[in-house]
Amino acid sequence: MSATLGSRRIRSPLFYRLQRYGVEAMCLALGFILVVWSLIPIYNMWKIALESHEGIFGGSIIPEAPTLEAFRVVVTQDFWYLERFWHQFGNSFIVGLSVMGLTLLIGSLASFTVGRMRLRNGWMLTNAALMTYVIPASFLAIPIYRIMQIYGLGNHLSSVILALTSFATPYAIFIFSQYGKSIPMELDESARIDGANPLQIYIRIYLPLMAPALVAVGTYALLLAWNEYLYNFLLLSTPQSMTVAVALAQFLNSDESPWNYMMATAIIYALPPIILYYGLRRYMAAGLTMGGVKG
Amino acid sequence: MSVTQQALAIGRGLAAPRSWRRAWFGGLHGADYIWAVAFALPYIALFLFFVVYPIAFGIWMGSDLTLYTELFADPRYITAVFNTFLYVVIGVNLKMFLAFLLSGFFFRKSWWIKALMVIFILPWAIPALPAYMSIHWFLNGQWGMLNNILYELFGFDGPTYLNEHWTGLASNIGAYIWKTLPFWTVILLAGRMAVPQELYEAAAVDGASRMHKFAHVTLPLMANLYLVCVLLDMVFALGDFNSTYFVSGGGPAMSTEVLATLGIRYAFTVALPRLGVACVMSALPVLIPLVIILMRRLRPAEGQL
Repeated sequence: MSATLGSRRIRSPLFYRLQRYGVEAMCLALGFILVVWSLIPIYNMWKIALESHEGIFGGSIIPEAPTLEAFRVVVTQDFWYLERFWHQFGNSFIVGLSVMGLTLLIGSLASFTVGRMRLRNGWMLTNAALMTYVIPASFLAIPIYRIMQIYGLGNHLSSVILALTSFATPYAIFIFSQYGKSIPMELDESARIDGANPLQIYIRIYLPLMAPALVAVGTYALLLAWNEYLYNFLLLSTPQSMTVAVALAQFLNSDESPWNYMMATAIIYALPPIILYYGLRRYMAAGLTMGGVKG
Repeated sequence: MSVTQQALAIGRGLAAPRSWRRAWFGGLHGADYIWAVAFALPYIALFLFFVVYPIAFGIWMGSDLTLYTELFADPRYITAVFNTFLYVVIGVNLKMFLAFLLSGFFFRKSWWIKALMVIFILPWAIPALPAYMSIHWFLNGQWGMLNNILYELFGFDGPTYLNEHWTGLASNIGAYIWKTLPFWTVILLAGRMAVPQELYEAAAVDGASRMHKFAHVTLPLMANLYLVCVLLDMVFALGDFNSTYFVSGGGPAMSTEVLATLGIRYAFTVALPRLGVACVMSALPVLIPLVIILMRRLRPAEGQL
């Protein structure tokens, strides 16, 4: 293309072919490094989960006698840290789904007011919401812990649900307001003329048209709640109330190092978010770029 | 008072409350206004009870200045400040530079690179807790897989990574990079994709080489996004609790602790909640300017992403 331009030398076709092969070989090498880099801690998790008790402390890189014993122990709750594993798994689901539902409901209602009702100074609500992210969640953990005691929500799932919902909602309002700009106002206006009240417009027009943004934000909220550790740990401490994340971290307090049970628990805990993430990756990416492209 | 002045005064008297109403309620009146407030109310309540009140409570808890003299007298706090600084400055910048390079790699249009993306994104998709636990055991000096591999391949015994200050800190930073590198690569990749193709074509017509295109098209158009990503991730890294807590556990002898984990340790292990709040609040002089710069930079970046 530019071989004849300027003072650049014109090289033989062989040179360019070799150069292309060289680049391709370097890409393959980099690709190999990236695969090893990304997978090795995950492989490590599987390797330990498939080991027997003695095997963990062997020096091998592949499990010597792979066994599903650790998974059996977790699934049948056959270890004293795991006595209520399925109950705690259920707790994680309750927290995740509640945070998702509340974030979608509260976020979409607030963004409807700001974006659709033409409430002047509504932008202040969005900006105030985004101020939540000024202070990292881990910095607020101590006062929130105290406040939950004041509210009488200690060791109650709702304390984690409310705390995490308040962290997820500002993002929801931001994404919904951005996405909502692509929905023509004329739809709302013609519905008004037909005598619909704001609630009807919200349910019949706003929510159905917002479906892609709802999926993206819902997934975000669900993953946030499922993956969160610090608040789960501080606010839920009894075996009855704790979620899987807290139960999993409890293994670290143990002296007898049942690492294979711990890694089997870790894998079971990690599976739902990974499946969800890969299943809805397209929508998640849409949610990420939505804020920008349409902004 | 002349007639005109009187008329003006009356006019102002009538107009003032109406414009005040309009400023707040916009074109809304009556039932619509009630609907608007009802729709916003759940969020306002959530914001007041679980964001504003905790922040105010935290400021009140950390408002005693003697806490800070106590804090600065504690060598563990000084170490944590130093660690946090390295964590934020080295960890974030190294990662973002790698993410920028990798976004160029993933920009290549080849089927296997697209397939590779599915594997590459896995560290981001997996929850932090299991990932960091696995890395913790992976780096174990005696039984960890890393030293096993080093022994098999090169026949030498690796160090006990998590038992030394420097290697422990590097492990935490490395784990944080491992976990979040895919996310930032995807963001920067989206930024690269948003650069209009016509610019590259126009540059090619002008005889620009690959390096020229990179220096004069890609770099200037990506600069703002890159800066926003760095600032945003600095805020995230400052508040990151999990990597330090699960990879090195803050050890050995609390020498790899960062502000976020030290604050929690003061509050819940040593039972000094006020000192814990003071510990994290001491990051505010850095955090607030970061956020202000970020807010100013964010608007043009939106158009670019």
